[in-house]
Amino acid sequence: MDYYLQILLLVGIFITLSLSLNLINGFCGQFSLGHAGFWGVGAYSSAIFTVFHPLGLPAPINMLVALVIGFLSSAMCGIVIGVPCLRLRGDYLAIATLGFGEILRIIIMNTELVGGPRGFINIPHWANIFWVYAIATLVVLFMLRLKKSAYGRAIIAIREDEIAAENMGVNLFYYKLFSFTVGAGLAGIAGALFAHTQQFLHPSNFTFTWSVVILVMVIFGGMGSISGSIIGAIFLTIIPEVLRFAGGTIAEWRMTIFPILLIVLMLARPEGVFGTREFLEKNGKQI
Amino acid sequence: MSQQTIFYLWDCLQYLINGITQGSLYALVALGYTMVYGIIRLVNFAHGEFLMIGAMCGFYAIRANQPMGVAIILAMLSSGIIAIIVERVVYRPIRKSGRIPALITAIGTSLFFQYFGQLTFGADPKTIPPFMVEKIYTFGEITISNLQIGILLITLFVLFFLWWLTHFTKMGKAMRATSYNLPAAELMGINTNQIISFTFFLGAAIAGLGGMLMGYTMSVEPLMGMNLGTKAFVSAVVGGIGIIPGAALGGYILGIAENMVAGLYKSSYRDGVSFFILILILLIKPSGLLGKNTKEKV
Repeated sequence: MDYYLQILLLVGIFITLSLSLNLINGFCGQFSLGHAGFWGVGAYSSAIFTVFHPLGLPAPINMLVALVIGFLSSAMCGIVIGVPCLRLRGDYLAIATLGFGEILRIIIMNTELVGGPRGFINIPHWANIFWVYAIATLVVLFMLRLKKSAYGRAIIAIREDEIAAENMGVNLFYYKLFSFTVGAGLAGIAGALFAHTQQFLHPSNFTFTWSVVILVMVIFGGMGSISGSIIGAIFLTIIPEVLRFAGGTIAEWRMTIFPILLIVLMLARPEGVFGTREFLEKNGKQI
Repeated sequence: MSQQTIFYLWDCLQYLINGITQGSLYALVALGYTMVYGIIRLVNFAHGEFLMIGAMCGFYAIRANQPMGVAIILAMLSSGIIAIIVERVVYRPIRKSGRIPALITAIGTSLFFQYFGQLTFGADPKTIPPFMVEKIYTFGEITISNLQIGILLITLFVLFFLWWLTHFTKMGKAMRATSYNLPAAELMGINTNQIISFTFFLGAAIAGLGGMLMGYTMSVEPLMGMNLGTKAFVSAVVGGIGIIPGAALGGYILGIAENMVAGLYKSSYRDGVSFFILILILLIKPSGLLGKNTKEKV
């Protein structure tokens, strides 16, 4: 039972993570490869709060404060990294964010306060599956509203054509930084949830490989599609676990399906399963 | 000067020499990144994995009692052939879909070979048995082994060979033309697909050589390509991606900086310093130290 609960938990956390990366990569078109770094910053900073300086209040209120701290610290990192990096484009931006993500992880690894390479233990178990899904639902609603708002349309315009968007009066830097910061902050919230459900954090949870896993979820569902990200997170968290039971060779080789799926998807359908559309929607109209 | 200062300086010199050895390895691997990027503007994340496969083949050749020379040639050939196959099967169809899908495909290929390597070769590190007597020369307080000198000489030879190849042969002229303007080169009758395949082969073969040297100084394992590949890639970007001397310059800068920081400050910041240099360069001069600035056109 615990096993299934754990998978459900991870699905919820990855829905939040893939949506937050989709805001940067899919909606705004800024290719970021350092998302696991923001996830880690949120997880560690919220855990520092709950372990060392919790308020003398009931646990749920402390948890709420921890979520806010996770959001703010990651968003702050997002601003610090975004201001210099967002001048770069395409693969240069991808490399710079990769570098920053690794630097964040190395800083965590060298901080003695949070256990360094031994990992961070004794984090209180204050979040559970209801917290995870409540937050995931809120993030989905936020993204749905954002997509229809003036901010969302400006961000999508940047993805479609930067020069045309600028000529239409969209402040490129402001909207890029907005999506980068909010995306990072949401990843921080996912990190806070991760810390308080797993009760243990280790720097190897936040390596480049995890940035790629989140990226695959976004790409699988379709860059710029909210329902796509949700389905990508569900599918790619559950499939490796299901294959575990297939036994023999398949169970042994199950980790190669991520890369093969990614390659086949890029060759056959580079825009992902849903493209930029939503579930039950055709050419921007609800069926 | 006090005794302490003198020893400090000797230490610095020793780290510098170790850094040059490590930098040579980075440079060898970075050459492949830079050549592939120069010709099709693709960041080939799987380059480190080509290196791993080469080193693995070399290891098994040595275990089958082949001499070192044969093992190195086998390593270079296997890396090169894997690279040609990957280019033909994966990268060529994706090339017209744009740069970001190509980048994602490269990441996928890299991950595939990492898992593939762990499953087929086993995840344990393997050591290549020594093929020659290691001599250690001492100058004052510093030591240099003949292996370190060998690595430096091999790197310089490869650099010289590439310079000759790109400037004085017909193939090199075709490579330069393709990297300058692919459609125009095609119109001039150059078989660009063949040139791209050749570039992949050459880059991966040099990486295979680097992998063998790396395996000889440390060990051979399925994930060796990830770390070495990332560092080499950072070197290529620091020096100016697409420029062959830039890759060597970046490799040496990174190797020396890493060893200095690891030796004089804290070894756990070894990986951090290379990414720090990368970001510094990207912010000051995104096209790299030797790169030319290009303006974006509408």
